[in-house]
Amino acid sequence: MSLDLAIFVVSSVIAVFGAAMMIFQRNPVASVLYLILSLVAQAVLYVQLGAAFVGAVLIIVYSGAILVLFLFVIMMLNLRSSEDLGENSPPIHRFVKYFISILFFLELAFVIRVSVGAGSTTTAGIETSTDGLFGSVESVATLLFTRYLYPFELTSILLLSAIVGAVIIARRATADELPMKPDTPAEPISQNLNEGHE
Amino acid sequence: MLEMMIISSMKVVVVVVAVLTCCAYSTWLERKVVAYMQHRMGPTMAGPFGLLQPLADGFKLIFKEDLVPNSVEKVTFALAPIISFVPALLTFAVVPFAADFELFGYAVTGVISDLNVGVLFVFAVSSLGIYGIVLAGWSSGSKYSIMGSLRASAQMISYEIGYGLSIIGVILLANTLSMKELVAMQGSDSIWFFQNWFVFKQPLGFLLFLTCAIAETNRAPFDLAEAESELVAGYHTEYSSMRFSMFFIGEYANMLAVSAVGATLFFGGWQGPLLPSVLWFLIKVFLFMFFYIWLRATFPRMRYDQLMNFGWKVLFPVALLNTMITAAIVMID
Repeated sequence: MSLDLAIFVVSSVIAVFGAAMMIFQRNPVASVLYLILSLVAQAVLYVQLGAAFVGAVLIIVYSGAILVLFLFVIMMLNLRSSEDLGENSPPIHRFVKYFISILFFLELAFVIRVSVGAGSTTTAGIETSTDGLFGSVESVATLLFTRYLYPFELTSILLLSAIVGAVIIARRATADELPMKPDTPAEPISQNLNEGHE
Repeated sequence: MLEMMIISSMKVVVVVVAVLTCCAYSTWLERKVVAYMQHRMGPTMAGPFGLLQPLADGFKLIFKEDLVPNSVEKVTFALAPIISFVPALLTFAVVPFAADFELFGYAVTGVISDLNVGVLFVFAVSSLGIYGIVLAGWSSGSKYSIMGSLRASAQMISYEIGYGLSIIGVILLANTLSMKELVAMQGSDSIWFFQNWFVFKQPLGFLLFLTCAIAETNRAPFDLAEAESELVAGYHTEYSSMRFSMFFIGEYANMLAVSAVGATLFFGGWQGPLLPSVLWFLIKVFLFMFFYIWLRATFPRMRYDQLMNFGWKVLFPVALLNTMITAAIVMID
């Protein structure tokens, strides 16, 4: 077995294992940790394909930023294992959940079927674009700033509006909007901290 | 193929051992330098000039009882020190520590792996270091720990943006993300051997990098996470023995890592006249370390809201400005 194949097998198994464990864990923090494991293994796969840039960005953006925020939220809400996992939700919620899941699964299966049929995502598709630049910073940047310029810029506006929205929701009321004294101390970050661990 | 693998694994071993030794002696350096700055002697008993002090500390920590409080989440508690320690070591995989040299007839490159996205790798890895701190605080089940870790992670997230933006100027000028090429670019044969160092072309970028790097590593004056007057020891309050010392080594390894990255990006890496290249690299890294310690002995700790305001309202806009100016200059050239 060549080294390439060994690395591929090991990191794919880790990626799938991490993804599966993420779903099966009842403790939300453990779920996040398994998701990180899965993402790191995926990054290895990207690097192995020669797309080191995509791999690095995957780690910086997802593992380094987004999942830290996930962990933050879980810690702030002090979610514990097997606490309100939605087992007692009304039937309509459950119906919607299953319906969307099945729809998503069908869509995924359809996309995989179509693309494999067309032969565009198989290794043949990758090999045709291997001019030494595949997945490199240059090729990604060229595509972003030429063919995908408008979607790229529109995404930035979308993110900006999301930030503005978050600030408006999260900001404290200013002194003249509040009936209380302006120098009243802010509320403690989380009351849940006082409960501590069982 | 086999030859290459043996050389690579030998380099890994050498670099890891070297980094750990440097970590140990950084603690000695810190105690000595801070002591002299405060008119004390520092460690003097263990060996000449107290040079065996790190060993003595290590033995003491190993033989201490490893106390695990009842309220901790066991697995995460054990995992956290490792997670905070490993990313710092990983950084050294892409930092060029010497010129290419020949050893017993084999050509050896002076870097473990010359990734073509080396700079990005450094930032990817350093962004993972935060998990150790977050998980340590969360799993300890103590108020001090969780407050410390919340502070530390908020601080690291805020300063990571400035940290990342501060080096964009260098990357724009150099037009490469490979650490090796960055070092090669800063070399010069003339008597002004330092004329091509990026610190002179990117002074503002360097200042930003320095400030953010200190905040990233949670060092004084930004060491809010361990503010002992308010939070005992912050996120590692509940840790003892070797587990505690792994956080400690991790902190020093992180300092060494950002020092090495700073030396590589702004001070020409291993480039320098007369002396061997490894020595130049070490000199530059330890000048950074000395600066760290000097700061710690000089500045009082900032207040938490000052720190966050400084990060978001000063460093971030200035970093964007620096990026814009550099981009404009590159466009005009």
